[in-house]
Amino acid sequence: MKNSKLLFIISIISIVACAQKHKSIVIAEDPTTIDYTTEVVVPKLDIPWGFVFLPDGALLITEKAGELIHFKDGVKTNIDGLPEVYLRGQGGLMDIELHPNYIENGWLYLTHSSADGEGEGGNTALIRAQLSGSKLTSVERLYKAEQNTKRGQHFGSRIEFDADGYLYFSIGDRGNRDVNPQNLTRDCGKIYRINADGSIPNDNPFLEFPDAKTAIYSYGHRNPQGMVRHPDTGQIWVHEHGPRGGDEINRIKKGGNFGWPLISYGINYSGTSFTKDTNLPGMEQPLFYWVPSIAPSGMAFITSDMYPDWKNNLLVGSLKFEYIERLVIKNNTVIKREKLLEGMGRVRNVRQGPDGYIYTAIESVGIVKIIPNNNK
Amino acid sequence: MKLFSFIILLIAINLTLICNYSNNSSYETTQNKVLKESIKRGNAVYSDFCINCHLPNGEGVQNIYPPLANSDYLRANRRKSIKGLKYGLKGEITVNGLQYNKYMPPMGLSANEISDVMNYTNHSWGNKYGKIVTTEEVTKITR
Repeated sequence: MKNSKLLFIISIISIVACAQKHKSIVIAEDPTTIDYTTEVVVPKLDIPWGFVFLPDGALLITEKAGELIHFKDGVKTNIDGLPEVYLRGQGGLMDIELHPNYIENGWLYLTHSSADGEGEGGNTALIRAQLSGSKLTSVERLYKAEQNTKRGQHFGSRIEFDADGYLYFSIGDRGNRDVNPQNLTRDCGKIYRINADGSIPNDNPFLEFPDAKTAIYSYGHRNPQGMVRHPDTGQIWVHEHGPRGGDEINRIKKGGNFGWPLISYGINYSGTSFTKDTNLPGMEQPLFYWVPSIAPSGMAFITSDMYPDWKNNLLVGSLKFEYIERLVIKNNTVIKREKLLEGMGRVRNVRQGPDGYIYTAIESVGIVKIIPNNNK
Repeated sequence: MKLFSFIILLIAINLTLICNYSNNSSYETTQNKVLKESIKRGNAVYSDFCINCHLPNGEGVQNIYPPLANSDYLRANRRKSIKGLKYGLKGEITVNGLQYNKYMPPMGLSANEISDVMNYTNHSWGNKYGKIVTTEEVTKITR
């Protein structure tokens, strides 16, 4: 009798521990018709982490292994003058973004992992520089996260500007979820906001908090690798990798606590649970969560008129399932998910180009353009 | 009932492991001890850098991430495997009769870490592949 009771308890624990708490409310569908073709515009790239379009039509592409590639008229040129990249695990040379006023000031922003500073290992750094011929000049470091670590995970690293010219960037929890994300005096597990010259805005939320990292804008994040300004509201949206299940889309709020790891829709990789809570007072809820995880990377809103059926939709790359997800959002609710470009490879990034076309960076393939059939 | 037998099985496995360990340890050769320590460190490296793609039991994902457990490629390609960990692995390979063509980037591991994780994968999940990989062996392998 005692035995069967024990067995019962063990069974319950096992069931609770192994089951995902929640599944995504909307599932990803196969498209009913495929009304587009694809064209590889920049071939032969390994891990194209970030890319931007220069005013003259050239592309600048970051390779995770530490190369910055300039591509124009079919010619690739390696750009010199990068700071030393600490290549470790998921770290390397990561995102790239242009200053909103790039045409006048020429500032480029890049994130990379760096071994500088105290302690073994490395952490995420943000720099700005200008492009002069095939060389970076005026390289300035604007931020370097402290507490180096040899862990290979969660460097974050997406960069985005808002309409007022503030620069936002992400740093993941660096594989130390129980220490970093909820502690405002430590880096990692945060979204940061700084001025374009690296100074701290005088209305950042934690200026008065004792010993806080004053660049922090929101906290309680796991590993945000997608960041985009909403075309209408101007709000910064991110998505972040969850553990097993529990990837999220979040709308960034000044001073907001997004709950990692105290609340989550995911479980440990091993199948065990680390929190029973998906919602706690004072913590923000995601706009959407993915269970199972898609491993999201890169994020773009379609604002151009090139794709009439997709206008205002959100695109998100999936590293795990190797497709682009098209999310239809109505009244801040995801009402449809559809798979695009399935099977081409791990999607690292997706952007809308200045010409209105959607471009995506696919590992081992390159930069791929999506061409709607009605435009051909 | 299935669960019950499963738990019994787990306990049995644990007991076997514990017994084996204490049995062996008293007669253990130095070489074995070094290998065991390396495997232990290699487990930590694996959990940090490899587990996402090759999965906890080294099974990989069919046609995407090649298996390391019971893998004819790993068994037969010691040098290539070390080189892949050091400098990355690109191009098509055949593992257990299936084609794999994903780029494995270098993870930035030290020679120590590479020897440890090689020893872990060579001696886990039923694998018994070759003698101990040493740091010197890793250091000597170049592009």
